Amino acid sequence: MPSNSSDTRPKASWGLKLAALGTLLFLHVPIAIIFLYTLTPDETTYTFPLPGFTLKWFAVAWGREDLWRSLKLSLQVASIATVAALILGTLAAAAVYRSKFFGREAISFLLVLPIALPGIVTGIALRTAIGGMSIPFSFWTIVIGHATFCVVVVYNNVLARFRRTSASMIEASMDLGANSFQTFRHVVLPNIATALLAGGMLAFALSFDEVIVTTFTAGQQTTLPIWIFSQLTRPRDRPVTNVVATFVVLITFIPIFLAQRLSTSSSDTEGGTK
Amino acid sequence: MLNRISTYFYQRPKLVLALFLTPPLLYMGVVYLGSLFALLINSFYAIDDFTGLIIREFTLKTYAQIFTPANREIFMRTAGMAAAVTIADALIAFPLAYYIAKFASPRLKTWLVIAVTIPLWSSYLVRVYAWKLILAKEGILSWFINLLHLDGPLDWLLSLPGIGGSSLSLSPIGMFIVFMYIWLPYMIIPIQTALERVPASLLEASSDLGAKPLQTFRTVILPLAFPGVVAGSIFTFSLTLGDFIVPLTLGNSKFFIGQAVYSYQGTAGNIPLAAAMTMGPVTIMIVYLLIARRLGAFDAL
Repeated sequence: MPSNSSDTRPKASWGLKLAALGTLLFLHVPIAIIFLYTLTPDETTYTFPLPGFTLKWFAVAWGREDLWRSLKLSLQVASIATVAALILGTLAAAAVYRSKFFGREAISFLLVLPIALPGIVTGIALRTAIGGMSIPFSFWTIVIGHATFCVVVVYNNVLARFRRTSASMIEASMDLGANSFQTFRHVVLPNIATALLAGGMLAFALSFDEVIVTTFTAGQQTTLPIWIFSQLTRPRDRPVTNVVATFVVLITFIPIFLAQRLSTSSSDTEGGTK
Repeated sequence: MLNRISTYFYQRPKLVLALFLTPPLLYMGVVYLGSLFALLINSFYAIDDFTGLIIREFTLKTYAQIFTPANREIFMRTAGMAAAVTIADALIAFPLAYYIAKFASPRLKTWLVIAVTIPLWSSYLVRVYAWKLILAKEGILSWFINLLHLDGPLDWLLSLPGIGGSSLSLSPIGMFIVFMYIWLPYMIIPIQTALERVPASLLEASSDLGAKPLQTFRTVILPLAFPGVVAGSIFTFSLTLGDFIVPLTLGNSKFFIGQAVYSYQGTAGNIPLAAAMTMGPVTIMIVYLLIARRLGAFDAL
């Protein structure tokens, strides 16, 4: 009799199911609580149960100039850092995939380093170097910092895809008379397109949300995470912060969710840490 | 024309390789490694006590400052927190990882993996903020504890020296909870990956040979999941060591490494001392990575 895979799978005990569910709830309920707090009329404390319900904070947050400026800055930084990561990460992945060369292992290690070491190390190292060369801290120093840890995300995704693409397809294309550019355009690019998309979206989410490296590489600029961070240590606009936090969760959720969907079957989004 | 360029490059794979490698290597090698090197150099400088300026001369004076009792205490406190967080995360990550790897149906598994991965990529800061709401004195957790009439035990817990504080949102216990929460996905995924690789036939063989389920779990599954636990612990340990957001948000005047680095560099303007301080986590992580590689953790990454 052909055995169905679900037949061989053992049944989980109730204890295990409960423990797994508990961990899952622990992971997600806190975010839901922020959503709830966007409705509180209470401006100065985090009183629970909420003393009432109001929708006015959405309007208040919408009218805040400083938030729009921060949002715009964060989007610009994330976009440019993502483009840089896409170019550098793909080039590195292509090089590592194409040929064996001296120090190939070292490249992977070098690219992973910014996310393997605590963020504060990357942050203070960049600050020391940039400050030491008397370069003013600006929009571009934030981008430079973000690109260092975004490259590895694209690199991992694209390299994993390259490894599953058979080299014979490229050879076949060349044999059929296509030149390198045509081969890239019609064979390589369609193959790695979703990996680029997934890597790019993860890099974008990572950059949009980053705070540790940014605190060290920003001058007077306030990205959205820096704005939230200032509210964490000195809460002045609690209700508005709730709205902003909710917004950040939703805006980063979309690219991450799509990226995961794009690559769940192929499981090539490993290597993600801050 | 394009064909000629194409042929030119095709015949020179080394040139193509060089063209591919130069931009990323230039960026990562010069900008990133260069910065790390600048940091290392700075840790060997010292600050002039009177003028507050950095004296660019080789000295070990700054490193000596790290071993003052105050700084030693910061190191011990941070490492202790990192260890506690790592152990707690391993304990609470295991059931979910085990369930995903061995019991969930393929459909459910896809969703569970997404549910675990999304917090890994997103909103680190927002997730810290969530706990500021939850742990607040007037917040939801206190309300819940009140409901269960457990405020007595909570007050007792908060009165303990070393881990207590004025409220959960301003105490080491609160920080511990938040750290545990934030790094949890980093522990679940490697354990799940490790368990995923345990072949079903091995478990069947174990039960065929007469082992009870609990025995199979203890003697087959746990040892094979261990590299995953070690891999996860690299993240939970390293991330806790270097974090300054959580201590700044929920901590009190007792510093952690990240916080100390942040304030030496910022308000005190003492870059050499901040640089020397970061070498602490870097060294700890390098030693940790070497041990982890011995234990086979890299296969589970």
